[in-house]
Amino acid sequence: MTVALEAEALHHAYGSTATLRGVSLKVRTGSLLAIVGESGSGKTTLLRCFNRLVEPTAGTVRVDGVDVRGTPGDALRRRLGFVPQTGGLLPHWSVLRNAALVPRLIGHADPERAAAEALTLVGLSAAEFGGRLPHELSGGQRQRVALARALAARQDIVLLDEPFGALDALSRAVVHEAFEHVRAELKFTAVLVTHDLAEAARLADEIAVMRGGVIEQIGTLDTLVRAPATEYVEQLLLRATAAVRPLVGQ
Amino acid sequence: MSSARSPRMRMCRVLQPAVVLLLGLGIPRHVTAQATPERPAVVVASKPFGESFLLAEMFAQLLESEGMRVTRRPGLGATEVAFEALRTNAIDVYPEYTGTGLLAVLRDSMTTAMREDPRRLFARVSDEFVRRYGVRWLPPLGFENGYAIAVRRETAARYGLRTLSDLARASGALQAGFTSDFIGRPDGFVGLRAFYGISLRSVRPLAPAVKYQALSTGAIDVIDGYSTDGLLARFDLITLVDDRHFFPPYEAAVLVSPRVSAERPDVIAVLSRLSGRLTESDVRRWNASIEVDQRPIADVARGALTELALVRAAGTATVAETPRATTTGFLAYSWARRAETWRLIREHLVLVSIALAAAILVAVPVGVLLTRTPRAAAWVMQGLGVVQTIPSLALLAFMIPVLGIGLAPALVALWLYALLPIARATYSGVSNADPDAVAASEALGTTAWQRLWWVQLPLATPAVLAGVRTSAVITVGAATLAAFIGAGGLGEPIITGLGLADSRLVLSGALPAAALAVVVDLVLAAVERAVTPAYLRRKRTGA
Repeated sequence: MTVALEAEALHHAYGSTATLRGVSLKVRTGSLLAIVGESGSGKTTLLRCFNRLVEPTAGTVRVDGVDVRGTPGDALRRRLGFVPQTGGLLPHWSVLRNAALVPRLIGHADPERAAAEALTLVGLSAAEFGGRLPHELSGGQRQRVALARALAARQDIVLLDEPFGALDALSRAVVHEAFEHVRAELKFTAVLVTHDLAEAARLADEIAVMRGGVIEQIGTLDTLVRAPATEYVEQLLLRATAAVRPLVGQ
Repeated sequence: MSSARSPRMRMCRVLQPAVVLLLGLGIPRHVTAQATPERPAVVVASKPFGESFLLAEMFAQLLESEGMRVTRRPGLGATEVAFEALRTNAIDVYPEYTGTGLLAVLRDSMTTAMREDPRRLFARVSDEFVRRYGVRWLPPLGFENGYAIAVRRETAARYGLRTLSDLARASGALQAGFTSDFIGRPDGFVGLRAFYGISLRSVRPLAPAVKYQALSTGAIDVIDGYSTDGLLARFDLITLVDDRHFFPPYEAAVLVSPRVSAERPDVIAVLSRLSGRLTESDVRRWNASIEVDQRPIADVARGALTELALVRAAGTATVAETPRATTTGFLAYSWARRAETWRLIREHLVLVSIALAAAILVAVPVGVLLTRTPRAAAWVMQGLGVVQTIPSLALLAFMIPVLGIGLAPALVALWLYALLPIARATYSGVSNADPDAVAASEALGTTAWQRLWWVQLPLATPAVLAGVRTSAVITVGAATLAAFIGAGGLGEPIITGLGLADSRLVLSGALPAAALAVVVDLVLAAVERAVTPAYLRRKRTGA
């Protein structure tokens, strides 16, 4: 088993508020880890440690076994795909140009062709949508473009920061489908931050439950359901039971 | 070209290619006038009131009749601006009065001996000016033009006013409108009030043109004026007798710059021919033909010099025979002036465009840099804010010791004014550019420069343009004041018109200036709309 991403004893604080208090985890190459928790649990801070948008005050982050402190932030970030919560598409750039951003940054021979392929993978035809501006798309379409942008340079690792949280249920289902399709094609490693246990259950291989800057438990959904490590995990599962039950087959 | 003149020359040399490059439009004539290598033109200036315009024009024509090249700079700010320009050789000659020289320039007090004998006063100022500034007074022209306090005939009758002592008794019931120059000066109202014990019900600063109008409509009761003022007759006013001799003698004379004093005996010889030749009654008559009959200053000056047999009557005639300016409607008047107005509009646009272009070139990068150092931003913005609060005229006056007068100091002052709105708009435009897009592009590995060029600046463009638009409108207005330091533009007829109480002349500058401000605003608003993409417009109205 190879490990794509690894965090070891991470600590971080904003001023006097501790956000990470000794977090360690490993993400297997090709797997998807979902980090679930309430806002303020430290899940987004943890995610941002992987591409050096946040520098931990103590501890080590490794990507493909190499300490990230040896790589400049922007160079590292070009290697790791990223999908933010609101898409964050550049409003004055066409869909195709947006999707071509990272290929362009890394000096790809034909950024637009790479972008068009990525758009096709997420189910948007470059011929139809490539020339449009982001505000001419629906919210779900915008998130699919953001996904294509994160993958256009064929990144092996993708970080997703609550990318589907702002969508209505219907478009979320469409985007989930697109996401699963792309992942089946490209088989990248992913870390997905979400507050939605049902989403985690649907997409993730493993789930880490965070609270107050520590990981309460990490494991498959089955493990979490059968042997919740803490009362908090149990509560979380209970609250989500209605949504989770059909997925765990009870 | 002497070394004392060189800072300004240097500035002009620097500016000239910039003017040509940036605009390719017509350059104001006084910039081009400096290029010839031989003897530099004699720069003849005046302060902004009728008699000063007339005397300066007489100096200029007399010098020209001897084949000398002359550059005219009429209507320089007030005494401080004109004298500062003369002292620093930015101008060469202008008419001044001995009393003003002693009190406003030397800041000496007037002794009784000087008050009683004008010759002692002249000896004092001419010695001191040479010693302190190297500035020379030519022997007096022959007449005095002191301050006079005037009231309406009916006011004089109602309160029994004949002298300034009478005024002191009745002053509690009267409202005054004085020129701002007069209000603040120790030889003006400050001294007069204490000397006679005058305490008026109210005193407000008024421009000459407004002052006479306000007095004749009864809005005020008392004004200051000059004893040779042609307008005193036009409005049928009574001047009050200075019974205790407060007002010092104000003998008119030619004031000569250090450079001309040292290097141009020919100029001094020619202008000395005027010494002792002008009488108070002649000057009042000439002033009246300008201020009351509204005859062109150049014609009156030519007539006056002909009368004095200082120039040969070149076909045209004496003052008395000069054809009277026909009283036409404002439209016909404006139409007749159209060539001049176009020239002034072009000059004005050149001033505004260069100042604005230079401000954009500096303020946009500064605004961008400040987004990288938010702590410095507060300080810099505050500093630029302080510059904005300096009154335009004061800022223009500050420039004179460094840059002389004319285009260069005006451009620097206008440039300083234009900086803040553009820098502030750029700063907030860049720092508020779509935070999600900026954060996302950072998370995907763009460098700070790439984010600036690809994301923040394009998204900030409409905001930056809004700042440019604000600056442009401010600059179009402020540029009218540039005429006070001889930079030309639409302020020229405004200042001359105010000095001559000629409201048509004032309007012939003020209306185009206002129209220009509106047009500039509309054009830039259209540009702003054109570059604001739909998604930004929607966001703004939705907010």
